[in-house]
Amino acid sequence: MLRRILALTIKEFIGILKNRKSRMVLILPPIAQIIVFGYAATFDLKDVPVAIYNEDQGEISRQIIARFKGSRVFRIIGGLQSDDQISPVISLKKALLVLHFHEEFSKDILKGGHGDLQVILDGRNSNTALIALNYVHTIVADFNRSWAKKNGVGSSPARLITRSWFNRMLDSHWFIIPGIVALLTIVVTLEVTALSVAKEREAGTFDQLLVTPMTPFEILIGKSLPGLIIGLVEGTFIIIATCYWFEIPLRGSLLVLYSGLFTFLLSAIGIGLMISSISLTQQQGLMGAFMFLVPSVVLSGFATPIANMPKFVQDLTLLNPMRYILVIVRSVFLQGAGFDLLWTQYIPMAIIGIVSLAIAGFLFKRRLY
Amino acid sequence: MGSYSSSTEKKLARMRLRGLIKKEIHQILRDPSSIGIAFFLPVVLLLIFGYGVSLDAEHVPIGIVIEQPGPETNAFVAGFMESEYFNPVFFQSVQQAESALLQRKIMGIVWTRSDFTRRLLGGAEAPIGVIVDGVDANQARIVQGYITGVWMKWIASYAKAKGKLLSVPVNIKHRIWFNSAVRSRNFLVPGLIAVIMTLIGGMLTSMVIAREWERGTMEALLVTPVRIREIILGKVIPYFFLGMGGMALSVFISIVIFHVPFRGSYLALGLASALFMLTAIALGLIISTAAGSQFVAGQIAIVITFLPAFMLSGFVFDINSMPLPIQIITYIVAARYFVSILQSLFLAGNIWPIYIVNCCYLAIMAALFFMIIKKKSHKRLI
Amino acid sequence: MSRARDNDEGYCIVAQNLRKSFFSGNKEIVALHDCTFKVKSGVVTGLIGPDGAGKTTFMRLCAGLLVPDSGSVQVLGFDATEHFLDVQTNIRYMPQRFGLYEDLTVRENLELYSDLLGIEPEKREDRYRILMDMTGLAPFMGRLAGRLSGGMKQKLGLACTLLKPPRLLILDEPTVGVDPVSRRELWEIVYSQVEQEGMSVLLSTAYLDEAERCQEVILMHEGHVMGQGVPDRFSKPLSGHCFMLKPAPQKKRALQRSLANRDEVIDAIILGERIRLVTTEAMEPEAVREFFGLEQTVEITESEPRLEDAFIWLLKERLKKLGRSVKFKTITHRKVAGKGDEEVIVVKNLKRRFGDFYAVAGISFSVRRGEVFGLLGANGAGKTTTFRMLCGLLPASEGQLYVAGKNLRKARAKARERIGYMAQKFSLYVDLTVLQNLRFFSSAYGLFGKKQEERINWALEAFDLKDEANSISRDLPLGYKQRLALAAALMHEPDILFLDEPTSGVDPLARRQFWAHINSLADAGVTIMVTTHFMEEAEYCDRIVIMKRGRILAQGTPEELKKRFHPPGITNPTMEDTFITLIEMEGA
Repeated sequence: MLRRILALTIKEFIGILKNRKSRMVLILPPIAQIIVFGYAATFDLKDVPVAIYNEDQGEISRQIIARFKGSRVFRIIGGLQSDDQISPVISLKKALLVLHFHEEFSKDILKGGHGDLQVILDGRNSNTALIALNYVHTIVADFNRSWAKKNGVGSSPARLITRSWFNRMLDSHWFIIPGIVALLTIVVTLEVTALSVAKEREAGTFDQLLVTPMTPFEILIGKSLPGLIIGLVEGTFIIIATCYWFEIPLRGSLLVLYSGLFTFLLSAIGIGLMISSISLTQQQGLMGAFMFLVPSVVLSGFATPIANMPKFVQDLTLLNPMRYILVIVRSVFLQGAGFDLLWTQYIPMAIIGIVSLAIAGFLFKRRLY
Repeated sequence: MGSYSSSTEKKLARMRLRGLIKKEIHQILRDPSSIGIAFFLPVVLLLIFGYGVSLDAEHVPIGIVIEQPGPETNAFVAGFMESEYFNPVFFQSVQQAESALLQRKIMGIVWTRSDFTRRLLGGAEAPIGVIVDGVDANQARIVQGYITGVWMKWIASYAKAKGKLLSVPVNIKHRIWFNSAVRSRNFLVPGLIAVIMTLIGGMLTSMVIAREWERGTMEALLVTPVRIREIILGKVIPYFFLGMGGMALSVFISIVIFHVPFRGSYLALGLASALFMLTAIALGLIISTAAGSQFVAGQIAIVITFLPAFMLSGFVFDINSMPLPIQIITYIVAARYFVSILQSLFLAGNIWPIYIVNCCYLAIMAALFFMIIKKKSHKRLI
Repeated sequence: MSRARDNDEGYCIVAQNLRKSFFSGNKEIVALHDCTFKVKSGVVTGLIGPDGAGKTTFMRLCAGLLVPDSGSVQVLGFDATEHFLDVQTNIRYMPQRFGLYEDLTVRENLELYSDLLGIEPEKREDRYRILMDMTGLAPFMGRLAGRLSGGMKQKLGLACTLLKPPRLLILDEPTVGVDPVSRRELWEIVYSQVEQEGMSVLLSTAYLDEAERCQEVILMHEGHVMGQGVPDRFSKPLSGHCFMLKPAPQKKRALQRSLANRDEVIDAIILGERIRLVTTEAMEPEAVREFFGLEQTVEITESEPRLEDAFIWLLKERLKKLGRSVKFKTITHRKVAGKGDEEVIVVKNLKRRFGDFYAVAGISFSVRRGEVFGLLGANGAGKTTTFRMLCGLLPASEGQLYVAGKNLRKARAKARERIGYMAQKFSLYVDLTVLQNLRFFSSAYGLFGKKQEERINWALEAFDLKDEANSISRDLPLGYKQRLALAAALMHEPDILFLDEPTSGVDPLARRQFWAHINSLADAGVTIMVTTHFMEEAEYCDRIVIMKRGRILAQGTPEELKKRFHPPGITNPTMEDTFITLIEMEGA
């Protein structure tokens, strides 16, 4: 039996690797994705275009502007001369934000102790706007502190001392890139397993396989192994790239990481085989995989937190194996978490895996003929 | 050629084109999968994304450790209790809070030491410890911002109550235009329309053409007197209208279900959508010339339309902040221009200069794509 | 600008030094080697040749779908490359799989092609009526093309090309996979059009009997033209070379095999209880007995030469010249255990329902050990469904069936080790090499280690696959693929072999080689069950069953059936006559 399974697995591998097209499917998307996600997918801003409308003649506005000039986040695109210019500069996306120092700005501060700095932001992408606003706050708070110190004005009674754990610089790459490990393994594993039966059905080879003495169980195992192995190999590739190319620290143990990956792959294979056993053509398999992948990526916490979703959607995500592996991968990488902290993630994933494999086995047997 | 007068030839050409379009319509009506891709897919995707993708943190679980409570700390904590952004959880010691953070039960910790009140009243700068979970850097930054907000509010009222001069010389007053409620859905949903339409245009067209090759119907078409441009138009026209239908449905869902404001002109939206639809369909046609089978076409379509439209269109991730080489790539992503138009039309209204410039880009891309198609397609098998 | 005008000499196609090659991987495959020939106007010309002869390439070049590497082809006086639009306005071409839109109705398909061909709306209805009457499709105008049977689809395809009678009609293997009744109808339509409209027809076919009816044939082989002329011109020289032998029934296979490999024999095939022999030298019937040392009990009569004889002769001559073997290989197979006439396949009142429709509506038959048993029927008769049930691929709705004493559907996987199965189209793994395929299937059947190596070597040797062992299966010529498929089905030395249309689209020589293999298996006691559309192949069988609409119309030996069912007035019917008589009798 083992030998027959092995023969089928070897055959599957040759089939996958010999065909130029399916080889491409395994090689190109990982590279494209890691480049695109690794470089393009970032919430960290830089070179945000800023326009300055400075009606103030005083010193203070100049000092603040100098701080903006010194920041890598902002890029000053020029000054405005009148109120009327604010609207077009924002609307036309020339600047994401306008800093408006009114006439009495410096005077107010020198006289009354504080003045208002007006910030107008383009909210068409409100997330970017919020992040930019946070940067503005940071720059101004820094200025406030040093100004207060210099002028001996009563210092603030309390002060926030902020630290970020796990990701000191709050670099959003550290969040996205380890996530790709999960994303890519599921994409590739689904590609390999979801289409494997449909491909044979279309080519007519499935009948040929069924008339051999192989049992459905053997066929099922033989079809799962390539997905598992390829998933692990590609996962390893991304893990290596994450550590050595993107230089993201791997703080936890590989054992914890790989047990997570393995459990995750079982559930991915189960789902892939479920799709496979119900689709008659490769196209249906592809559509099925796509229709599964999109929601499971969106509702996994890959790019946006699950906590922000409506309650019923949050409950829905409990069925999503990707939700759990993302926690595991990120915790192992950034937090160095071990089994003690993560066991709550393994269990649901293992349950999903077992259930989906069982259903796949059932469907497979039923739809076999 | 020469055997017919030009007017008969025109009549014949019209007849051929009409025949092809009629055929395509019959096929669309019979094959539920085309209608599914055009109407079902947008609805599902919009719902998934609309509900699933939100960058607005609310009720963030935050650990609060007050080592020695007093009236001052109570006022500070009240700020967290009142804020809709936070869901405070109290801990006896910072160790407990830290272990909750490790287990990811809370997103951050705000911590005052036992000497906080003494130092505060003594006029020394009393430190408030803040720890945030930095794994999700974006969320961490947003949470930090919220905490700072609570702190600032508290400190202002504290200073006022004590009659103390506040050491905040520069006070930021911000206004966020176009989306003052800062609802991320307002910009994500219009952006999504662009992503979905790219996918539909690219996938649907590339797959239906690949289907003709696969089933051998293309060979049979090619040997009739039909001109290649008629075959192309015969595909573009029906799927253009199908795509526009999907588009209208998406806009309807955005406005009615997701309550995204629409401030521009519908006519302008229609026009820009038409241009975009053309580029998407043209891309689909190009894919189909490269792919021999529906299966490959579908895969290419997902990789070269869906991913870039999603990642490189500026719909979630700011293009300016990307590395230069990737910024350059974004110029050939048609969705980039359409996202810009959509976000402006929905949230800002008719900003003509943006509208016109982006439409021009779309028109150039469409023209370019159709030129490539014209060059690439011929009535030959290879 | 060239005008539509037939060439002076009355030729509709003039090919000059036409050359076309393709790349498959890094290998250049020359489909046409500098071919120069002409096709006459106003007649039906048949293009004949084995797989890979370049027939389809030539037709596509004529239709302006391909650009030649060098040389030119003039169609109706137009250069097919330069003025392809003029060519396409004046000819119609029906590709091998005619591209009907299966999700459109019959009428919608006709409408589409009327629009594309520019037929005036007011003339359409009349034309549809004529064509639909002619093809018998009139009752099905509203049916989806995908729901038509294979034969009806071909007729609809033909109707679409005839909407506007073209001056030249090009048909690429219009009758592949079509049952004899539909085939005959297709031919009637084509010939009536040639007569009524005076059009020229160029067609390719794998059926030599069809080619025999063409007014002119062109023989091709590997991109070369071997000859051109009226069919008689090819077969005439063989008169006096053809004989029918009637040996004792149990000796026919051994005799056929010994004859087939003699140098003096062009061809020896089994036809029912007789053997048809074609010799290299003309001789008297009695001389044949002497020359080949036949027993006195063997009846010998002279027979008319056929185009197929000539084709095989020319092909063999050419292969010999190219230094290739023309000997038929036989294969060795272990003697199947068990005694004599035991029934190894038993089917009792078998039914299979799909929804309301009975694809198989209660059939019963049995097959004895070592028999070659044929399952014949029109398209959609339920042959493939029966086959799939026998192999355990499809559960039966009702009835009993036993293969080697077991119901394969219910039996444990082990029972399947006793059967071999060769599917309708090539269905091995095309991405794998020949060797990898053999290795995989032998493993799947539980062969390992030394035994496995032995069997693989046997397969490579017996089926002449040694040179191609490391070629990707996808790139193999059809004949090789078919041999590989048979080899894969035989790796585990099964007792029973199922063959579903094994020789569809294969040229006569390859078909003979294939049957040489089958016959040696039958001699070793392997039971063989086969479906086919080739009526000649039906005559190779010991017993046959003819099915229609899920029922059995008749069963018996080919001789019995031929005697019982034949068109009135015909004394010496072919199997095809018998088949059509039976089917039509039932239809009436």
